[in-house]
Amino acid sequence: MEGIGVLMTCPMFPYLEQELEQRFRLHRLWDFPSRRRFLEAHAGSIRAVVGDTKVGADAELIDALPGLEIVATFSVGLDKIDLGRCGEKGIRVTNTPDVLTDDVADIAIALMLGVLRKVCGCDAFVRSGKWKSGDFGLTAKFSGKSVGIVGLGRIGSAIAKRAEAFGCPISYCSRSEKPHVSYKYYPTAAELARHCRILVVACALTEETRRIVGREVLDALGPEGVLINVGRGAHVDEPELVAALLEGRLGGAGLDVYENEPEAAEELFPMDNVVLLPHVGSDTVETSTAMADLVVTNLEAHFAGKPLLTPVI
Amino acid sequence: MAPNSPFINFPNSTVHSSQVPITPLESWLPMASRAAPPPLPRRPPPRVLLLRHPHHFSLLDRPLPDGFRFLKPWESPLPLDGFLSSAEARSAEAILTSARAPVTADLLRRLPEVRLVISTSAGHNHIDLAECRRRGIAVAGAGDTKSEEVADLAVGLLIDVLRKVSASDRYVRRGLWSSEGEFALGSKLGGKRVGIVGLGRIGLEVAKRLEAFGCAISYNSRKKKPHISYPFYSNVHELATNCDVLVICCGLNEQTHHMINREVLLALGKEGVIVNIGRGPIINEKEMVQLLVQGELGGAGLDVFEKEPYVPEELLGLDNVVLSPHAAVLTPETVSNLCDLIIGNLEAFFSNKPLLSPVLDE
Repeated sequence: MEGIGVLMTCPMFPYLEQELEQRFRLHRLWDFPSRRRFLEAHAGSIRAVVGDTKVGADAELIDALPGLEIVATFSVGLDKIDLGRCGEKGIRVTNTPDVLTDDVADIAIALMLGVLRKVCGCDAFVRSGKWKSGDFGLTAKFSGKSVGIVGLGRIGSAIAKRAEAFGCPISYCSRSEKPHVSYKYYPTAAELARHCRILVVACALTEETRRIVGREVLDALGPEGVLINVGRGAHVDEPELVAALLEGRLGGAGLDVYENEPEAAEELFPMDNVVLLPHVGSDTVETSTAMADLVVTNLEAHFAGKPLLTPVI
Repeated sequence: MAPNSPFINFPNSTVHSSQVPITPLESWLPMASRAAPPPLPRRPPPRVLLLRHPHHFSLLDRPLPDGFRFLKPWESPLPLDGFLSSAEARSAEAILTSARAPVTADLLRRLPEVRLVISTSAGHNHIDLAECRRRGIAVAGAGDTKSEEVADLAVGLLIDVLRKVSASDRYVRRGLWSSEGEFALGSKLGGKRVGIVGLGRIGLEVAKRLEAFGCAISYNSRKKKPHISYPFYSNVHELATNCDVLVICCGLNEQTHHMINREVLLALGKEGVIVNIGRGPIINEKEMVQLLVQGELGGAGLDVFEKEPYVPEELLGLDNVVLSPHAAVLTPETVSNLCDLIIGNLEAFFSNKPLLSPVLDE
């Protein structure tokens, strides 16, 4: 397989690069001054693309690679891949579900604790020396607060399981009510937001869920409410969110994703009721390694004519 | 007071109507023509010495309760030592204190009228209980109002250390995500072997939470607990050897002082993480700091320190530690419950009822 051309779209994880390099002829898109220059040199030899949440495989790239057979994304999210175009051309697509579920759910809870108990703010307080002049003050209790989950898939369910251990009553909204689930169902995000203190976005990004959290949902959540986003920046109307926070119409927010990464809403930087993370949901050594192994195994399976492990199409 | 309240409002105390004597001769007269009952001897309001500013009440903007006379050393022109020698201080019948204001044998000697000590702290190592027992002084504590909040913070600190939450939040706010690129990878919480030191109420709440994240729980305690299925280790060194994380949930006493030392932390290892929501002196802080600085210990989440509010300078520059200003119990619910408990204990004691949260009964 050493001769098989694989294109990696951006730096992701050194271990993944090494593993791909050992097995295939790896091309790094970022080594070239432009996409156009890369395509001029190597378009014909590329049979696989490895993308991620920053740079995926859009229609333009897919069309420019005549030999493309498979797109293996280093993520579970598929919003950066033109699935329609892949389908039309019979190109296979794989992602990395399950292996990152726990890590993303952990970050969701970390954000909840961070916003309510001001863990980051307390740390900054101590580091600045202010503790010598007085105590920090009160923070909001987390245990027992109602949690509403937008999207009760793998990640949403894992978040629910963790929040339950803190005594949090769980409710959710989803495309349709899930049978065999004991949590309370609401048909819309706004209805859900009216009935919970902490709203967490954990669904996939699709046309229906784009800006699923807008003014109506934020108003329903209210000045004591907290928004947590571990989905995609595009799930939330970011200007509305920023305004609601600055004006005190929303109690707080814990964000791992933003509309325009790596630009995180700068207006929020001075606020102590927000926690801002640089899209680290699945960023642990253990999970990144497992994800990388999944990408490599899927590619090897494809080129050996064996069944894919985690196909999307 | 409501018009038909059973409480009669004497100037400085309240008395239940059942305690006011009504003579049989007068009892069949219509209410309007009954003679007023003889006045009870006026009992002066109990004097309560506040060793520190009652910040639990001020945090909630709550007034101190009626029916007591609170002695406030900080309002006196005298320094504390001088104030304690004053007649006013010596009239104190009760002391309200917190962890930062020890009640020593010497203090009790200077305040001979004291019959009750109320502490707002979960631990009692700052009160000379033996001396209280000797003098027949009752002691009331903070009860069990805090376990959930403390456990929540323990989990919050642990995830923060492993996933570098505070460090990456700082990174974003400094604009480094745009200019420098991605932050360093963290370590997965699920699958970590967590050793709980002290499996009391708080330890159990921590265990319950971490199990939901996929952690494997084991513990060390003075004695193995019946009906608990988590693996038990009879000493803390062995626990550390078999764990990736230690969470200190025990109280401070002679046995636990500096129990977590260099040997224990080395056994925890280069990737090991320690979380302390117990008391600072349970850990040999100097040795822990040294190991952190040398890279022999993976990280630490600390809510308590040996000499609060002073935190070792070396920790302030480390990204693998998360620091908290003894804030584990500072939520409105807990503080409000504490205020209620303080008032409840004072009222109970001075109406000869059992304390609500006794540490030592008279």
